[in-house]
Amino acid sequence: MNSENPIWALISTFGLMSLFAVGGAAAAVPEMHRIAVDVHHWMTDKQFADAYAIAQLSPGPNVLIVTLIGYAVAGIPGALAATLAMCLPTALLAYYVSRLLNRPSQSRWPGLIQAALVPLSIGLMAASALILAQSTDRNIAALLLTATVAVIASVSRINPLWLLLAGGLLGFAGIV
Amino acid sequence: MSPDSAPAAQEPDIPAAHAPPPGLFALFLAFARMSLAGFGGVLVFARHAIVDQHRWMTADEFNETFALCHFLPGPNIVNLSMVFGSRLRGIAGGVAAFAGLLLPPTLIMTVLAIIYARFGDVDLLRRILAGISCAAVGLLIAVVFRMMTPLLKRMDVVVIILMLGVFTAIGVFRWPLQAVLLVAIPLSIGVTFLMRRKVAA
Repeated sequence: MNSENPIWALISTFGLMSLFAVGGAAAAVPEMHRIAVDVHHWMTDKQFADAYAIAQLSPGPNVLIVTLIGYAVAGIPGALAATLAMCLPTALLAYYVSRLLNRPSQSRWPGLIQAALVPLSIGLMAASALILAQSTDRNIAALLLTATVAVIASVSRINPLWLLLAGGLLGFAGIV
Repeated sequence: MSPDSAPAAQEPDIPAAHAPPPGLFALFLAFARMSLAGFGGVLVFARHAIVDQHRWMTADEFNETFALCHFLPGPNIVNLSMVFGSRLRGIAGGVAAFAGLLLPPTLIMTVLAIIYARFGDVDLLRRILAGISCAAVGLLIAVVFRMMTPLLKRMDVVVIILMLGVFTAIGVFRWPLQAVLLVAIPLSIGVTFLMRRKVAA
């Protein structure tokens, strides 16, 4: 396991990490920081913080912070290896579990378990919205922008991209 | 997906609200599009596309599928692409949705990594990104609200208390996730079991 090859280090690190990342990519970020900065010295603290911001604000799933870490370690092959190692094993696991749960059977447990998880899942999402709002909404204008977007997106079916573009424009103008 | 499989067995399991299942390329394209639109997270766009725009799932089905992916290890939305795609079109559909979700943004992220390695950070870019992230939080709040509405409409007090409990424990008290889930998951399964038994009796 202690191969010198950085690609293998990326694959084993993120493949293993993904299997323990219950609660999604956001829950795994502290662990990523520990491994990339403290254990392997792949990045400095500031580089990691920048990578996190870029991943949050770029299109695509936020988990793609691992693409940036992979690139810092081993260039383009590193970026691809880290991404696949983080995403593929758990996606296959999810596929098999979902097939298991939806197999036609007499048991009512699969439906029951899925239904029982729904309120917990929504509660978790609401919690991450609160935590994110506390880190981004540092002044009244930013808070107002967040609240306005929340209301508009709740009551209309407008494409969310327009609201993000409006946020970008307000940031460009220096208002938020 | 119906809660009790016994009555559902005698009717075809395609509810009237559904659109016909998409082809593989359409799945790839739909996930590529929601992924590329997904600044600050893809869930908002995934729900918009799957439930509102294409009507491939009802709001409740989406909640249940997402909840399953949320509690399995790994990135939720990536799990969702695989599970959702394979529910519509088998394993090939899962792979198509997975590839659509990951391929375009991985390429973009790689380009950004190259740019970042060369130029570092520019103040103007930071300001624009800060504005976008405020709006992204607003979108997240809206999608949470929309996912909540089927629960609120049912006026199921126990379910609402469970939801608020998790929110308070994680969001307000910042208790460790594992500890909260260790208590909340068995509790919720137990409560759901008891409530269903009461309804059946």
